[in-house]
Amino acid sequence: MFLYTLKRLFQGLVTVWFIATATFFAMHNVPGDPLLNDRAVSEAIRANLESKYGLDQPLSTQYFIYLRNLSTGDFGISFTQENREVNDIIREHFPVSAILGILAVVFAATGGILFGALTAIYRNRLPDFIIMILVILGISVPSFVIAAMSQLALVSLNDLVGTTILPVAGWGTILHMLTPALVLGLGTMAYLTRLMRSSMLEVVGSDYIRTARSKGVPAPRIFTKHQIRNAILPVVTVLGPSIASITTGGFVVELVFAIPGLGRYFVQAVQQLDYTVIMGTTVFYGAFLVFMVILVDVLYGFIDPRVRLEK
Amino acid sequence: MDKRSNYAGSAAKQLGVYAVYLTVAMALIVYILAFFAGTSGTSINGGAINEERNSITIALSEEPPQLDSTRATDASSFIVIAHTMEGLISYDDNDQLTPGVAERWEIRDNGATFWIREEARWSDGFPVTAHDFEYAWKRVVDPATAGEYAFILYPIKNAEAVNRGDLPKEALGVRAVSDLVLQVDFERPTPYFDKLVAFNTYYPVREDFFVSTNGRYGADADMLLFNGPYVLAEWIHGASMLWEKNPYYWNDEKGFLDEIVIAYITNDVNANLNLFKDGQIVQTTLTAPMLPTAMEQRWQIDRFMDGSLFFLEFNHREGRVSENLNFRKALLLAQDPSELVYKVLKEASYLPAESLFPVWIQGLQGAFRKEYPVPEHRMDLERAREHLELAKLELGINDFPPIVLLTGDSSLSLLAAEYYQELFKKNLGLELRIDAQIFKQRLAKMTSGDFDIVMAGWGPDYFDALTFGDLFSSWNLNNRGRYQSEQMDDLIRIAQSELDPKKRMDAFSSIQDLIYEDVVIVPMYERGISFVVDPRLKGFKRRSVGPQVDYNYAYIERL
Repeated sequence: MFLYTLKRLFQGLVTVWFIATATFFAMHNVPGDPLLNDRAVSEAIRANLESKYGLDQPLSTQYFIYLRNLSTGDFGISFTQENREVNDIIREHFPVSAILGILAVVFAATGGILFGALTAIYRNRLPDFIIMILVILGISVPSFVIAAMSQLALVSLNDLVGTTILPVAGWGTILHMLTPALVLGLGTMAYLTRLMRSSMLEVVGSDYIRTARSKGVPAPRIFTKHQIRNAILPVVTVLGPSIASITTGGFVVELVFAIPGLGRYFVQAVQQLDYTVIMGTTVFYGAFLVFMVILVDVLYGFIDPRVRLEK
Repeated sequence: MDKRSNYAGSAAKQLGVYAVYLTVAMALIVYILAFFAGTSGTSINGGAINEERNSITIALSEEPPQLDSTRATDASSFIVIAHTMEGLISYDDNDQLTPGVAERWEIRDNGATFWIREEARWSDGFPVTAHDFEYAWKRVVDPATAGEYAFILYPIKNAEAVNRGDLPKEALGVRAVSDLVLQVDFERPTPYFDKLVAFNTYYPVREDFFVSTNGRYGADADMLLFNGPYVLAEWIHGASMLWEKNPYYWNDEKGFLDEIVIAYITNDVNANLNLFKDGQIVQTTLTAPMLPTAMEQRWQIDRFMDGSLFFLEFNHREGRVSENLNFRKALLLAQDPSELVYKVLKEASYLPAESLFPVWIQGLQGAFRKEYPVPEHRMDLERAREHLELAKLELGINDFPPIVLLTGDSSLSLLAAEYYQELFKKNLGLELRIDAQIFKQRLAKMTSGDFDIVMAGWGPDYFDALTFGDLFSSWNLNNRGRYQSEQMDDLIRIAQSELDPKKRMDAFSSIQDLIYEDVVIVPMYERGISFVVDPRLKGFKRRSVGPQVDYNYAYIERL
């Protein structure tokens, strides 16, 4: 188990190096000039800017300098926010995205498991139909529509009550977090509901359930010990990557709800060709995603006794 | 069958029990997370207007990237700096020059002198002196600073040479004669220098404080020193800001509020509208699709020209069809900007553009455009086609190759680009190829000349016709279409240095005519903004030049 973990970690490191390299060269091949701005600057200023960001070096030299800095965890200074180090940007804004993301995943997992189990129990009956229609909506309606509509709903709600009970946007208190987290987690919740439902239905027809029932095991016990416990495994598997994708994919929600998360920097950096921020956020998110996948793989061995890996 | 539903019933009951457990667990998690989130956001929630605290709440469209006044280049930084800093001269609520840190000044043909008021203070209580300006200006032109706005100091003696690295920064023609007298030498006569010093880049920086920040000047609230009506008391990056009244500020006709809270940073216009509707922010801009909602709510909608002009700029480089005057004339005559604005863009606050000089530019007494009307433009397809035939003859071609129209990637630019594509095909039989690019790539292509026509824009830096007037001089780096004409250069030299206001305005008028005759550009529209302000807030101002929004004169009306 220890060796396996070590091996996976090494593979992860190679993956991150690959991400860093691919991003570096892809980014430098994106058309456009990061140092150009509305007001044209003279040759002298241009030269100063280039040397400040090391863009006057040949690309290969830039790459090796970049790799060396990367190994010490230094991503450099942002091109657009010239007073801020990329590390500061990540440190200040990733926790916000993470908190929002974790909450969204908690919502998604809880809702997905509960609704999934419910639809399986009431298969082809009214609760099943209603929830499945909502699920299809949740999967197919893009998040910017849901975000905008839920914000509009909040305005109407506050208007109706006559005071602001739920804030329309912003960040800082519990109340600020609820709506954006729900919106952010909705797609995943819908996906997990479907997954849980089909998994439950598959399990309910299996031999061990029939055996348990014929032995006379009480229904709540069958439901808990045999059905839910087995059905939940696929859900746990996708949970890890969903945490990563939700935490990184909150750009629209962060924009609409004015949340100071990292997702905004991630997207805007690409639009503005802010090289250092692109590299910093991409490598950081890449490493995060790789780590989550490894974590799930390792944890899987503990959750499912059938998964026994080579010694 | 009976057994089945029995199972379902008890399973559902069990599930219900789990649901309760999970909800409790979830509430706990939310509570814990909120505890952590509290350190990274703002919990100031006073609503749009808080009479008790004498404070207002506003939203900013973007995190200000640079609050060092000598290096700031963008709109949102300008807004913050306009409230927390003050230059030698500033603008009053009627856009007229008014004394700032300087109580009086004198502009001669070879230089200027500013007398600084004794009561001007930094936010730590120390006096603002002439040395602070000298230090700031030398820093701006120092090539090591790499300030993008260094060019705006070029009228000062040796500024350009220092900025190019040819002279040391000590050679810059500015000198603090004493703590309260600032002496400036000019490179050339600069009659509009009073308007220039009102710009951000001319604001002061105090040397000892700057040195003490160790290269982090402007990075955080405590890494800045202020001399304006408000101070930046709190700054949580990307999330919020708190501006407090500056107790040391000298002018009691500015800065009436105790607090201005920036609680939201987002450029989503709908989110801003929702916040306004919910009573969380004092003002918001309205785009065309929002106007019906606004009218339903019976809001008082205001309109304002934001100062920017948009135009089709031709590529005048050799070897391009757009270098041909008859070709350009054909295009000019085959279009009508009012159709673009009223029938295509349908933005109620936009104006069809007719000149390089927007309607709000000042002339001798009143509006420049009233005193010097533009050559009348009328769409004339017959003449347009004649010019196009002439162009074919001159270029020696039977058919025009596809014309590359370079444009940005916003929905508005694409809409306009498609309109022109359709229009020129219908009216002139020309094939336009739209090349839509992201901002930085559009600039790169403009700079390298990889286009025939580009949809470009220009916003003013200072309240003088020259901020538009010198755009097409042969030495202006922003003249990305590389238009070159001796006549234009001569006119611009007069506009820069002529001390007689009448002759100077005449030069601008000639520039206006020349732009039309030579079809340097085809004016498209002047951008305007519709907006709505909380009726309890008075004295709020939008500006064409300087900060887009100005709360320096704002106060809460108490009923």
